Amino acid sequence: MWDNTMTIMMLEGIRDTIYMTVISTFFGYLIGLPIGIALTLTDKNGLRPNKAVYGVLDIIINITRSVPFLILLIVVMPLTKLIVGKSYGSTATIVPLTLAAAPFIGRMVESSLKEVNKGVIEAAVSMGAKTSTIVLKVLIGEARTSLIVGVTIVLGTVLGYSAMAGVVGGGGLGDIAIRYGYYRYNTPVMLVTLVFIVIIVQLMQYIGTFISKKTDHRNNH
Amino acid sequence: MGNTLLTVKNLHKEFDGKTILKSIDFEVIKGEVIVIIGPSGCGKSTLLRCLNGLEDIQGGEILIDDRKVISGSKDITAIRQKIGMVFQSYDLFPHKTILENIILAPMKVLKRKRSEVEAEATELLSRVGLADRKNDYPRQLSGGQKQRIAIVRSLIMHPEVLLLDEITAALDPEMVHEVLQVVLDLAKTGSTMLIVTHEMSFAKAIADRVLFLENGEIAEESSNPKEFFEAPKTERAKQFLKSFEY
Repeated sequence: MWDNTMTIMMLEGIRDTIYMTVISTFFGYLIGLPIGIALTLTDKNGLRPNKAVYGVLDIIINITRSVPFLILLIVVMPLTKLIVGKSYGSTATIVPLTLAAAPFIGRMVESSLKEVNKGVIEAAVSMGAKTSTIVLKVLIGEARTSLIVGVTIVLGTVLGYSAMAGVVGGGGLGDIAIRYGYYRYNTPVMLVTLVFIVIIVQLMQYIGTFISKKTDHRNNH
Repeated sequence: MGNTLLTVKNLHKEFDGKTILKSIDFEVIKGEVIVIIGPSGCGKSTLLRCLNGLEDIQGGEILIDDRKVISGSKDITAIRQKIGMVFQSYDLFPHKTILENIILAPMKVLKRKRSEVEAEATELLSRVGLADRKNDYPRQLSGGQKQRIAIVRSLIMHPEVLLLDEITAALDPEMVHEVLQVVLDLAKTGSTMLIVTHEMSFAKAIADRVLFLENGEIAEESSNPKEFFEAPKTERAKQFLKSFEY
């Protein structure tokens, strides 16, 4: 029931899961971070209120976030094939994972940036700082603790999605759990993959909390 | 008559259809200290916020060095660099050290060299007696110390006029003095300031001119603060000053 090939498969699964999660989160932030900044600036209490821009972004995010990940995975398969060349395997899964993560990240970034004290932003405005300076030096700088907590949450969510991609041969630990645990009734394999998934999530959570505490200068700790 | 730094002409400000300020007219001459007093909600803070474009106005105009202050206009950031503002709640950047708080604007807004700005920051910090705290974070400081840092953060931009918006209102009584002492020293060195305050004895000591605001209007203006505080001309100012007696 358990042999060397099983161990190798498990290790590859861990590698693929981390690969998919980290790369998708990275690309997700490339899209989601600007969206979150745009949402914060164009909000009616933001530095550049703009109802139209905010409204459009808001609707796009709400729509994409309401599509269940499994459906999104299937719907974007043609796009995946176009970008990666195939629609299965861990690299291919990065495409739908990124698309699912980006709007979620946009919201997380928005809520983090909106936590920054309004008075502090106003102080920067009154010094004559340009909006770009305020975004880079004040908004992102002052919201960093919350942004890092956000990254941790996103990583956990994306990892969960990546496991779902196992249903259509997405690679990684989720794929193994479904192929062995579900289709072949191999409960021990499923349990072992589950344990690994939990360990990875715990580790990410631990590291994220550690970094966010290290960068927090607001309170004693 | 001297150099007029700031001119406010027939200023009108509304918010949600409600008039906050109306027919405000005054001028500020270089080196002058103007104290604005009045009951809560009379529009004192709003007036200061209009002066550097933090609030938009619905009528009249504000001129600084003959340049119009228009909220949202292209050169508003350039105009704001000439106007320093210190707030009631200090509003220091909590994740930056004291030094970083002070040097951010001169470096990022005025593009000055770090070494030069740091030297000036250190000098200004020693002037307010806080040179040894430059590597601390704001949370490690008392309210009075934070407010002194906020003043330094404004001064390093070399503003032509400094707006102080109830800077001692959030402080414990024993810390009010240390902050006001810094402001008095600034007045002595010729800084032009507009001060909104509830500290009447301080107002009397520092003001060259007093504006008494009520219901969004200048109800009384006096270039003789001593006389104003002892024998105000209007009934409204009399009533207001009376509320500070026990």
